[in-house]
Order: sequence, then structure tokens, then C-alpha cells
Amino acid sequence: MAKVLMKGNEAIAEAAILAGCRFYFGYPITPQNEIPEYMSRRMREVGGTFLQAESEVAAINMVYGAAGCGKRVMTSSSSPGISLKQEGLSYIAGAELPCVVVNMVRGGPGLGGIQPAQSDYYQATRGGGHGDYRMIVYTPSTVQEAAEMVAKAFTVADRYRIGVMILGDGMIGQIMEPVDLEAIKVEPENTKKLWATTGTDSKDGKRSVVNSLYIDPNELEVVNQRLEAKYDVIAAYETEYEEYMLDDADVMLVAYGTTARICKSAVAKAREEGIKLGLFRPKTVWPFPYDALAKAAEGKKAVISVEMSLGQMVDDVRIAVNGKCPVHFTGRTGGVIPTPKEILDYVKEVR
Amino acid sequence: MAKFEKPKALLDVPLHYCPGCTHGIAHRLVAEAMDELDITGKTIGIAPVGCSVFAYNYFNCDMQQASHGRAPAVATGIKRAMPDNIVFSYQGDGDLASIGAAEIVSAAARGEKITVIFINNAIYGMTGGQMAPTTLLGQKTTTSPYGRDENIQGYPIRMVEMLSQLDGCAYAERVSMHNYPNVLKAKKAVKKAFETQIAGKGFAIVELLSTCPTNWGLSPVDALKFVEEKMIPQYPLGVFKEV
Amino acid sequence: MEHRIVVAGFGGQGVLLIGQVLCYAGMAEGKNVSWLPSYGPEMRGGTASCSVIVSDGEIASPLVTEPEKLIVMNLPSFTKYEPLMEKGGTIYVNSSLIDAKSTRDDIKKCYIPCNDAAIAVGNARAANMAMLGAFLADTGVVSKESAMAALKKIFGERRAHLLPVNELAMDKGAEMMVKE
Repeated sequence: MAKVLMKGNEAIAEAAILAGCRFYFGYPITPQNEIPEYMSRRMREVGGTFLQAESEVAAINMVYGAAGCGKRVMTSSSSPGISLKQEGLSYIAGAELPCVVVNMVRGGPGLGGIQPAQSDYYQATRGGGHGDYRMIVYTPSTVQEAAEMVAKAFTVADRYRIGVMILGDGMIGQIMEPVDLEAIKVEPENTKKLWATTGTDSKDGKRSVVNSLYIDPNELEVVNQRLEAKYDVIAAYETEYEEYMLDDADVMLVAYGTTARICKSAVAKAREEGIKLGLFRPKTVWPFPYDALAKAAEGKKAVISVEMSLGQMVDDVRIAVNGKCPVHFTGRTGGVIPTPKEILDYVKEVR
Repeated sequence: MAKFEKPKALLDVPLHYCPGCTHGIAHRLVAEAMDELDITGKTIGIAPVGCSVFAYNYFNCDMQQASHGRAPAVATGIKRAMPDNIVFSYQGDGDLASIGAAEIVSAAARGEKITVIFINNAIYGMTGGQMAPTTLLGQKTTTSPYGRDENIQGYPIRMVEMLSQLDGCAYAERVSMHNYPNVLKAKKAVKKAFETQIAGKGFAIVELLSTCPTNWGLSPVDALKFVEEKMIPQYPLGVFKEV
Repeated sequence: MEHRIVVAGFGGQGVLLIGQVLCYAGMAEGKNVSWLPSYGPEMRGGTASCSVIVSDGEIASPLVTEPEKLIVMNLPSFTKYEPLMEKGGTIYVNSSLIDAKSTRDDIKKCYIPCNDAAIAVGNARAANMAMLGAFLADTGVVSKESAMAALKKIFGERRAHLLPVNELAMDKGAEMMVKE
């Protein structure tokens, strides 16, 4: 099959279908509406279930229910709606349920705006809801990558029994680019989910309970430690990043998602002017590529975190670099997208 | 003559409920219905947040524990994923009528083929006796120490009447557990709520008027009297919807 | 070679469609393409725009902030984007609705009476295609044949009967274009 031109939101939805997702629960919010719209059409064609929930809160709990039955299930929303889902995401982490959640980030706080932003970084990478937990967070930079990451997200979610977030933004959702859907790798669902509530008859009488309540602190501590051990394994095996024109660079940009694309333009402009600029792009922001970033930062004159926020990922960049070279921040926020020129001007300023 | 035994759908573990609390009876009624309909092996139950949060330790079927008020949404996810299984939620009044009002109304309006067991004891039990949406006018609780005043806290809410107005609701009944004849009626109602689901008719809810001797500050016997004399006038018994 | 294009106008004028045709056609010709629309509560009557890139190389930023080629279908879009244009770029102005003339001397200017061209071929709604025809005649970003094939794909069977009049509009737009 040749490449097809698709919006990021549509490609994400189709990739989920390809990955065996047959349950989608969501609620309308800009700029991700093409996902529920696409799902409402496609799920019927593939014999799946699309349901528009009464709220984001209800939607994530429907995800909880279906995930608890071992089904591949997804929801999507944008920043204010993701805030509403946090309670459910925390329960999903506690009950160790696999699912995929898409956040097409828009400006905040509050109702904020509807234009692209990266101001939900803290929320996405620090768990988001209450309690000591993490989600795996992929940050696609192109429509093709968004589709590939969604397909992978379902596999990884099942492998670790964890919620996986696709952290995009309005731009990655709305942009239309060619996608090669055949290039998407879909691993077959080969794990038997004996923990899932499918009725005791289906498991030779074995009883399953999906639960996150442990009233005895000693028992809960053990659960927390087990989760931590799982997160350590994920950090060791699932961290992803891209290094772009870094070999000879003396200044290194760090950016993810949409901003990373703009940084690539800035790198090209810089090199036209003889400035040795490169880019480090985390493809997972949890787990964050601390070690790789630390190594890439060695010997650099400056490291600059570029974000569509007031500077959130820069904290992780500082943790990684650990004082070995100066770490700076530049960016725009509120839904404003930085231009390559603005980024390059900042590079010249700190260089 | 039938021997009085524990239903098979209940696990043989001690319940954590207070002496005189009617949760134990309600659990038994649900389990008996599961036994009689022979559905335990394909039933998935949902425990709420509230006194019955540990229900997942008691019912001998697959269980999911839901966040506060969201049991109908979780039930929706389960039933959509497993349409051939039997799904029930077990919820208290704070869970169902206050924080989870949107979820219960929407699930009923969609006609979700689930069974809802609604325990109304007019108070928040688990958190220590605070005012519930179903607390009676004049009733004193730890957050309505002067008695519930309609000018300040508004009126108690009648859920099954409200839900019965929705086209997706196939069965809605209110029963009480304050004496033996009423427990028998309650048993029939609970079974009917499961049969409604099995027949694929739509959303089914049974509201069981219940006691909370601990937080009401009454003896178990006086608590049963309270249900009969104070709660039933506010919450009339009967079938409000049956299709 | 990278074409960095902004198409702007009223919602409902078909400016997003111009961008989509360029993308589908560019993809069919083996180029890299991206189409990024403005979005929000401005579906009809408000301003609509899209950034379109058709490139031989990898597309980094899909957002066009300094258009190298600018298509404006109404006056507010002209006022907003003309000053942002890259030096040496070309502006394509729908002169049926825009009386203003660009006073910049560092860009090339093409004026196309798109609505008049569309009316002349018998379908007032094809003004966007008149613009596209003129734009392609001047730039050759994609071939007219590729554009027609893309349009056919987008229109589907239901609107296939509209293809001939749209092609006429493309030709008429190219014919009526005045370059300065």
C-alpha cells in the first residue's frame, strides 16, 4: 500500500485499530476531536466499540473497566480533559491495567487555549494523579512516528501492565502528512491475561480481582516497591531518543515532539551560518533518557532546552547534565509556537 | 426442608460490617440471586468507595474495585467488553447519588445492561457519619450537626424515581430490609434486577433502604424502626419501572 | 527545493482545500509534504489558513511563519500575512475581493480575479480553483495533471461531476492572472 495523507489524530486512531484496539471511550475536546470522530466510524467497521462518555471522568473509568477485562482499550483528550482523567489514571496505575491514553496538549492553565503547547510535561512525566506512580510517555514528532508509537504503546502497555501516554500537541494532531501504515509494526497479543476479570468460568474457577486498595501500610509499601522495580525495568529497556547532528556540535538543543521539528529547522539555519548546533530529542519523556543525554552533553559549550512552556523538561535536562555544562532554557508558551529564527537568536545569545 | 446455608456466591470470610448493619443481608441477597440464576462463574461485580469497598473480598466472582462514584462507568466498560457476562455494581448513597450522579444517570439513559444494587442508609458510613444526599430533613450527622435544613442543605434525593423516568431504565424498584417480609420482597427485587439484565432489557436498579446503627447512634433494633418510621415515608417502597 | 506556502482566506472559501490538493499532488509526485491548518472556533466566515510545505528533502518545521509563497483570498489575510513574507517570495492575491495592492518592492506579485474567473466558467464556488490554477501556472509546485488527480481523489464519486467545471476554473484563473 502506498503512503496515505492523514491528519495526526486520524493516523493515531487507525494505528490503534491496527494494533488490535477494539474499545474506545472518549469525550469531545479540541484539538483531538478527529480521534473520537474517526473511531466512531471505524470501530463499527471492525466490530469494535466506540462510546462517547458523559465526561472525561467517565471515559477513563470505562477504560478501567474494559482494560480490567483484558481488552486493548484507548481514550484520548486534551489538557483540561486529561486533568479530569487523572483520578482514573492513578487507579489504573494502582490496579496495573494496560491502556493507551492520548493527550493532544493545548495551552493552560484552566481552560487556557486551544493552540499547541507542551505545558503538561510535569503532569505527564510525574504520574499526574495522586500516588507514587509513572506512565510511559511517548512524544511523537511526525504523523508517521505518532502512528508507530501508538502501535508500540499497546504492546508495551500489555508487557508491563501499565498505562501508556502519547503526549502530542495540537500541531501533531492537526497536521496532515503522508503515512505508511504498512510500516507500522504490530506485535501479536500473545500474553494471556489471567489477571483479567473475564468470569471465573473462563479460568477454571480462578477468581480475579482488579483493585488498588491496600489498607495495611506494610502491604501497600510492598506494592509500591514492586511497582518501583517494574519502573526500573521499563527505564532500562524502553527509553528512546534521537541524536541529530551532534557529532561536531558545540551547542546542543534538547526538544521533543513538535518543538523538536522546529529545532531541526533551527539547526539547519545555524549550520548555514557556520554555527555547530545539534539536537537531542527524547522520544520517551518518561522514562527520560538521562544517561544518554548526560553523555551527549559532554564537552558542549551549552545545552538549551527548547519547549512550548515556561520550562518544564529543563528540570530533567539539569538532572541529566548535573552541572557539567551550562543549561539554558528558551521557548514560547500559551499556544505560541517558537520559530527557528527565535531559537537561533537565543543560541547566538548564550553561545 | 431447606437447610440454612451460606450462599455459594459468598466467600467464607468474615465481613467487616458493623453489628446491625444491613450490608450483610444485602450481600446475601445478591449472592442468593447469583446462586439461583447460576451466574456466579460469569459475573463481574464492581465494588465502590464507601463501606462496601471491600465487597471484592466477599463475592465469589470476578470483581473490580472502582473509584468513588464511577462504578457505573466501570460497569459500562466491562459490559461493553464482555457483553455475554453479567455485570453488577454495588454502591452506597454517597457514591451513587452524590459524587457519581452523572455516571448513574448517563448509564441509565444509555440503557446499559447492568444491574445496580443501591444501598441507601441516608449517611456516609465509611468516613464516619457525614451528611449524604439522601439524609433526611432534620437528621443530624457529623456535617449537619443542627439537623439537615432544606434552606441550607436542600432536600433528600429520590434516585429510583428519578432514574425510572429515563427511557433506558428497564427496571427500578425500592425495597427495605427492616423486617423479614420486606427482606423477602427485597430478595425478589434483587433477583429481578439480574433477570432484567439476563433478558437484555436494559438498565436495572434496586434501592435497598438500609441501616447504619453506628453512625445513626441507634441500637440495631431502633435502627430498623428508624427505617420503617422515618425513611419509608420519605422513600416510598415499590416498583417504579418495569418493562 | 522546498516550497513554503501559506494559503489564507475566509472559512468556506476553500483555502484548506487548495492546501490539501497541493499536498496530495506533491505526495503523488514523490515529494515530502505537510499540511497544517489553523483550527478553532472559526469554521465558517472567520479566517482560515494553512501552512503547506512541498519539499524534495525532509520537512523539519511544518509551520510556515515567513511564507515564501502566499495565497490570500480575502483582505484580512492580505493585511495579516503580506508583511510577514520572505524577501524574494511571491504573493498571489484574489483581486476580486482585495482592492489593496502590495507596496513591498522585495516580493513578486500576482493578481488573480478569482471570483470573476469562477463566475465566468459558471460556478461561483470554484474561486479557490481559479487561484490554484494561476498559482500552479506561475510556480509549477506540482503539475496541473497531478492537481486534477488529487482533486478527483478528494471529491470522490459523489462530487465527480464537479471536476470539469473546476478544471475550467483553473484554466480561467491562470488566463486572467496579472503579474506585476
